[in-house]
Amino acid sequence: MLFNMSVLVNQADLSLKYTAHYNEMKDDLFKDSSDVLNAHRNKAFQDFVVQGIPTRKNENYKYTNLHPSFTTEFSFLHKMQEPETDSEAIFRCDVPNLDTNLAFLVNGWFKQDKDFNLPEGVVFGSLDSISKEKPELFEAYASIAKTDEDPMVALNTAFAKDGFVLYVPKGLVLDNPIQIINILQNDVDSYSTQRNFIWVEEGAKVQVLLCDHTLNQNQYLSNSVTEIFVGDNAEMEFYTLQNQHNKATNLNSIFVKQGRDSRATTHTATLHGGLIRNNLKFILDGENAEANMFGMAFMDRKQHVDNFTQVIHAKPHCVSNQLYKNVLDEKSTGAFSGQIHVVRDAQKTNAFQRNNNLLLTDEATMQTKPQLIIDADDVKCSHGATVGQIDEEALFYLRARGIDEDKARLMLMNAFAHEVVSEIKIEPLRDRIDELVDKRLKGELARCHDCDYQCDC
Amino acid sequence: MLKIKDLYVSIEGMEILKGINLEVKPGEIHAIMGPNGSGKSTLANVLAGKEEYEVTSGEITYENEDLLEKSPEDRAKEGLFLSFQYPVEIPGVPMVNFLKSSVNEHRKHQGFKELTAGEFLKLMREKMDLVDMHPNLTNRSVNEGFSGGEKKKNEIFQMALLEPKLAILDETDSGLDIDALKTVAHGVNALRSPERSAIVVTHYQRLLDYIVPDFVHILYNGKIVKTAGKELALELEEKGYDWIKSENAF
Repeated sequence: MLFNMSVLVNQADLSLKYTAHYNEMKDDLFKDSSDVLNAHRNKAFQDFVVQGIPTRKNENYKYTNLHPSFTTEFSFLHKMQEPETDSEAIFRCDVPNLDTNLAFLVNGWFKQDKDFNLPEGVVFGSLDSISKEKPELFEAYASIAKTDEDPMVALNTAFAKDGFVLYVPKGLVLDNPIQIINILQNDVDSYSTQRNFIWVEEGAKVQVLLCDHTLNQNQYLSNSVTEIFVGDNAEMEFYTLQNQHNKATNLNSIFVKQGRDSRATTHTATLHGGLIRNNLKFILDGENAEANMFGMAFMDRKQHVDNFTQVIHAKPHCVSNQLYKNVLDEKSTGAFSGQIHVVRDAQKTNAFQRNNNLLLTDEATMQTKPQLIIDADDVKCSHGATVGQIDEEALFYLRARGIDEDKARLMLMNAFAHEVVSEIKIEPLRDRIDELVDKRLKGELARCHDCDYQCDC
Repeated sequence: MLKIKDLYVSIEGMEILKGINLEVKPGEIHAIMGPNGSGKSTLANVLAGKEEYEVTSGEITYENEDLLEKSPEDRAKEGLFLSFQYPVEIPGVPMVNFLKSSVNEHRKHQGFKELTAGEFLKLMREKMDLVDMHPNLTNRSVNEGFSGGEKKKNEIFQMALLEPKLAILDETDSGLDIDALKTVAHGVNALRSPERSAIVVTHYQRLLDYIVPDFVHILYNGKIVKTAGKELALELEEKGYDWIKSENAF
């Protein structure tokens, strides 16, 4: 009884902590921010208070309890902090032969070191400043990231200050990918909020690459929300590379709304991280739209990854594909929960989902939960999930040809992941990820690659 | 080269091999024949080092060393090759990577320098011609989408690349048409030399028309019940396995 009481008190304390903090910061948040962001804060915060920090009792967070991550005494980063050192000097982009327009996010704040070489009309920059300068771009802000559906989205919207904005005008095709390197770096344990907004207008085309990194050993909790609007006949690819240390909690929510004849792809490669929750929601809101969702994660020690996807087929003749693969070693845990919702009259829908998992030890665990809600009668939907071990027959075959057991295992793990890697359309990036996956599986990627801070964590 | 002495093998508590004795000298070809379930594939797999099989007693020496002590990969690198009865498909592992790793692991073990990509491709093309392998097959994943015949050819192709000292062919002929059978036999015969040996496991005498054995052994109920020259295969073909079964009825 006493124990239950203390749990209750703790839970109330946690929410109280955030409420107190919001009330304390409110004036500053409102004062320095654009009307675009301010318009949603109070409602968002109320939605957060109602829902609270999710525990397993929240059906959507059944496999990921966020309470432990939120108990740390975080410092909140509501202001831009000058990074200790020049980001570009300590962190070189190491995707060879990949020419990108590169920007940094430092603890959620947009930081640009060099001028971008972007065609006229393209807007790429800080949410804080662009939402003040060009509020007309943000009519759809906070329309698909709904604060009453997820407490973390609510908390993000309440505290949102900065992040990146990308606007690609009608018919414009960007030849070089946009790359954002997201760095968490502070002297103390920190909570960071990042809010991103992408609008790809009708017939436009863009590729975005987002790399998440941590630069020192402090505990981090990063809560990011990205809303992406893909216009009619537009094309958008969004690649995320997650490589953070074991004390980092990464809550990453991406919302995509697509118009007619559009194509949107998200690809998430999770190489390291303490606790990773990727929320992904696609709304197919025009006929003939195609959505592709790819993800792979390589976890070990006590790392945890949870991919939570939702696809809403709101219009007929759309296609969605989901392919998620996890390799779980040691005591790591994983979850995949994939919902496909075909609304009434969304006939001729094709929706596919597959989740395959490789467990390397008896202690690693995986939870997988497909969920189909189909309210139309002429649709094709399929889902499949497997949880298994390395194929012993294949392993013996390779060994019987003189390939050492360790190397043979590595070949099989790489082969398992390769199906997801091969979906990366940017060739230099695909080669680089292939290499990173290989290093990761060999255990050579214990540290964030090519980083001068050799945090041993 | 290979000496098997009084070998007893079980799988999941069931005794399959019940006292096998066999000696293979350099340059010899031994055929092992026998009805289904007599233990032929078990013997082949035990030699290659498959772990589910438990050797309960007996010994195997290969080139005067204890074979049973060695890992499957070490056995392979020391020149023992198993042509699988059912080659496994490995999606995602490209044939070329697999073959190159295999060849270079062998070369490293033998103290040779590893082949470069160019050198390897040249070698590969040469050996592909030998077994009449379609070049497209090497662009796929290991055995993925191969027909039964293509899988068997792929085994012989790997054998040609690795040039083993002792090749064990586990029912390589099953499921092959006569042309494929001749190609497979050609691949095996091309490797024949006074130093190299082979154990050919088969149900039928047919393959032995093309790969002429020095000895034919009949395995029945976990034991070698008859050993003779190549003429034994013909006799068996004529009389059928019932002849062996009735002779060995208890």
